[in-house]
Amino acid sequence: MSEKKDYNGVETTGHEWDGIEELNNPLPRWWVWVFYATIIWGIGYTIAYPAWPGIKSSTAGLLGYSTRANVAEDIADVNAQNAALRTELAGADLAALVDNRDSEVYSYAVNGGRAVFAANCSQCHGSGADGVAPANGYPNLRDDAWLWGGTVEDIAFTVAHGIRNEQSLDARWSEMPAFGDILPEEEVEQVVQYVLSLSGNETDAALAEAGAEVFDLNCSSCHGVEGMGDTFQGAPNLTDAIWLYGGDEDSVTETVMNSRFGVMPAWSDDYRVGAGLTQDEVNAVAVYVHQLGGGQ
Amino acid sequence: MSSTDEPSLYAKREPVFPRKVSGKFRTLKWWIMAVTLGIYYLTPWIRWDRGPVLPDQAVLIDMANRRFFFFWIEIWPHEFYFIAGLLIMAGLGLFLFTSALGRVWCGYTCPQTVWTDLFVLTERWIEGDRNARVRLWKQKWNAEKIRKRLQKYVVWLLIGLATGGAWIFYFADAPTLLQNLVTGQAHPIAYTTMAILTFTTVFMGGIAREQVCIYACPWPRIQAAMMDEDTITIGYREWRGEPRGRGKARDGLGDCIDCNACVNVCPMGIDIRDGQQLECITCGLCIDACDDMMEKVGKPRGLIDYFTLRDEEVERAGGKAKDIWRHIFRPRTMLYTALWSAVGLGLVVALFVRSEIDLTVRPERNPLFDQMSDGSVRNTYELRIRNMTGEDRPFRITISGDPMLFLQIEGSPYETVDIGTDEMLIQRVYVTAPAGSEPADDARTDFRIWVEDLESNERTHEDTHFNGLESR
Repeated sequence: MSEKKDYNGVETTGHEWDGIEELNNPLPRWWVWVFYATIIWGIGYTIAYPAWPGIKSSTAGLLGYSTRANVAEDIADVNAQNAALRTELAGADLAALVDNRDSEVYSYAVNGGRAVFAANCSQCHGSGADGVAPANGYPNLRDDAWLWGGTVEDIAFTVAHGIRNEQSLDARWSEMPAFGDILPEEEVEQVVQYVLSLSGNETDAALAEAGAEVFDLNCSSCHGVEGMGDTFQGAPNLTDAIWLYGGDEDSVTETVMNSRFGVMPAWSDDYRVGAGLTQDEVNAVAVYVHQLGGGQ
Repeated sequence: MSSTDEPSLYAKREPVFPRKVSGKFRTLKWWIMAVTLGIYYLTPWIRWDRGPVLPDQAVLIDMANRRFFFFWIEIWPHEFYFIAGLLIMAGLGLFLFTSALGRVWCGYTCPQTVWTDLFVLTERWIEGDRNARVRLWKQKWNAEKIRKRLQKYVVWLLIGLATGGAWIFYFADAPTLLQNLVTGQAHPIAYTTMAILTFTTVFMGGIAREQVCIYACPWPRIQAAMMDEDTITIGYREWRGEPRGRGKARDGLGDCIDCNACVNVCPMGIDIRDGQQLECITCGLCIDACDDMMEKVGKPRGLIDYFTLRDEEVERAGGKAKDIWRHIFRPRTMLYTALWSAVGLGLVVALFVRSEIDLTVRPERNPLFDQMSDGSVRNTYELRIRNMTGEDRPFRITISGDPMLFLQIEGSPYETVDIGTDEMLIQRVYVTAPAGSEPADDARTDFRIWVEDLESNERTHEDTHFNGLESR
C-alpha cells in the first residue's frame, strides 16, 4: 500500500491506479442513520412477513400474509363477481344468445368457453380446434362440416352427451357396419370408386357405375341417396372436401371394410359426476366452438 | 499521518444559511422561478375544447383510458415513441446546455433548486436573514424559537401540499378533482400521492436541500463528461484577488477583501475561492454578492465571474478573454444542436403525417388455414382498428393483392364496421380462396388489408399473407 497523503484536509485512501488517487471523503452522518434504519426495517420485515426458511416451510410472520391465500381470495372474488353471469348463461336460450353478440353473457361465454376448451377439449381437437392433424379422426371444429349438426344447440348437446359412450343414454350414436364382412371384395372396390367420384375425384368410370348400385342398396339409408349425409344419424356428407379419416382410395377402402368408431365422452356433470362440466361451462364451450367460424 | 488521528468515517452536516442577495443573476433566478412554478401550478387548469366526448383539459395524462392529451395533440399508447423522442430531446438538450453553459440546469431550472429557493425565501420571511437564522439555530428552545419553527413548517407544509396537489391534477380533470379533494370524495390514491409528495417536497426543499445535489443526484457526476475548457463555469480570479486580506491598508494585497459575502450567500455552503468544486451548481449568487462588494469598495466587478478554463489560462498570462458567444459556438455544441433539432424535426414530421386510423393485423397461426366443405381454403385474421378521428365513424375493410382472395367480416354480411370515437375495435375477418385457385394451393400469397374511413376517405393498410394447402 502506498503512502496516505493529505489534500486540502482530506486524506487519500492510499489506493492508486496509474497516478489516480482516491480521496477518503467521509460519508455524511445522516447516511449512516439511513443505513441503520434499513437494517431495523429489515428485521421488522422478517418478523412481520414470512421470511426464515425451515425444513418444510418457513416462518409465517405476524401479519399472516400468504400469497396462496391471496390467490384463493382473488379467485373466490372473481367467482362471486361472475356468479350472476354464470347462472344466466346456464339457463340461456343459446340460439338467441349467439345472435346477441353485444351482450355481456355472450362475451363471458366466449372467453370462458375458450378456457374450458383449452382445459378439456384441446387434447383431442387441438388447441386451435382444428383437430390437431388432418384426417386423424378428430374433427376440425372451425370448418362448416358437422356430423351431428352445427347449430349452437346441436353443439351443446354433443358436448353434454358425447358420442358413442356408455355414460349418457342420449349420447350421439351411429354405427357403420364393417362392410368387409358383408360385401364381396369387388363390390367394396366398386363402391369405393363411386364414393370417390361423388366429390369430383377421378375414378374408374366402369367400377364407379357398378358401385352406384351397391351404394344405393347398402349405404344410402344412412348417407342418403345422393351421399349428402344425415346429421340426425351422424352420417357424414360424402360429397364434400372434408374427410375425417382421409379421402384417398386406401383410407376410404379401410373405412368401408372395417368401419370407424370415434368416441367422445359425455362432458355434462350429470353423467360424469365430479369430473364433468357444469351446465354454464357446457353452454360456454358450445358458444365458443360455434363462433370459431363454422357455426350454423 | 499516524493512526491516532484517523479522520472520522462520517461527517456531520454543516448547516447552510444562505444570505439574501440581489443582483442580475438573482433577478434572473426569481424570474425563472416564477415562470417554472407558474407553469407547474397552472398548466392543469388550462382548458382546451375537444368536443363532447374527450376531456377538455389542455394537458392531461389519462391513465384510465391510456391517453396523453397535450393541447391539440393526443398521444395513444402505441405512439409512445413520441414520449421517447421528447425524452431523447430533453437528454440532448441537457448535453447542449451543459457543454455550453456548464451546470446551468442545476443552478437555475432544476426543481430541486427552484423549490429550495422557494423554501429558503419563506424561511427568510419568517426567521429573518442569515444572522438571525444562525442565532435562532444556536439559541436554546424558547417560546420564540418554537413559534418561528412552527410557523415555518406550517408554511412549508402548505407549499408541499400545493405541490403534491398540483401533481395529481395532471392525471384527472382538475376542477372535478379539486372539488372531490375538498369534499373528501377523491380516490385514496389521490390523497396518498398528495401526502407522499407533500412530505418529499418539504423534506427535499426544506430539510435535505444541498445534500440532495451532493449525495443523491447522479447528474453532477455525469456532467463532468460533457464539460471541457470552453464550458462556462464560475471561477474566482485569484490572480487578481490574492493575497486576500481585510482592512484599509491594501499594500501587497489583492482585490479580495475577504468579506465572505460569496460564502454567505452560497446555497451549497462552499467557498468558490477554493476553485471548481463538485458541490457548485453555478447559480451565480456569489457573483452578485461579490460584484456588490466590489462596487462598494470601488473596485472593478468580476472578481468572481462566469468564465471558462481557457479564459482563466489566458487571463492569468495577461491576455484578454474571448467573447462568451465564441465559447458557446463550437463544434461540440453545434453537434448537440444539430442532433437535438434532428430529433425534434423528426417528431414534428411524425406528428403531422400520422394517420388517424391505426390498424394492426394478427394472422391466426393455430391453425394456419381451414379447408371448408366446398374445398375452399380459409384464413383467419384478427384486426385491431383504432378510431382516432374524434368522431363515431364507419370504416370499410377491403383487401387487395390477389383477385382470388375474398374477405368476410366475422358475423356480418357487410364490409363496413362502425367504430366509436377514441375506441379500438377487435374484429375477426376471414379471407377465403376458392377450391383450386392459386392462393388456395400455394404455400403463401402476399396481400394487403385496407381500412378506409368512409367520411374522410383516409385509409391505412397493413401487409400480411395468406396460407394455402402447400403450407401444411
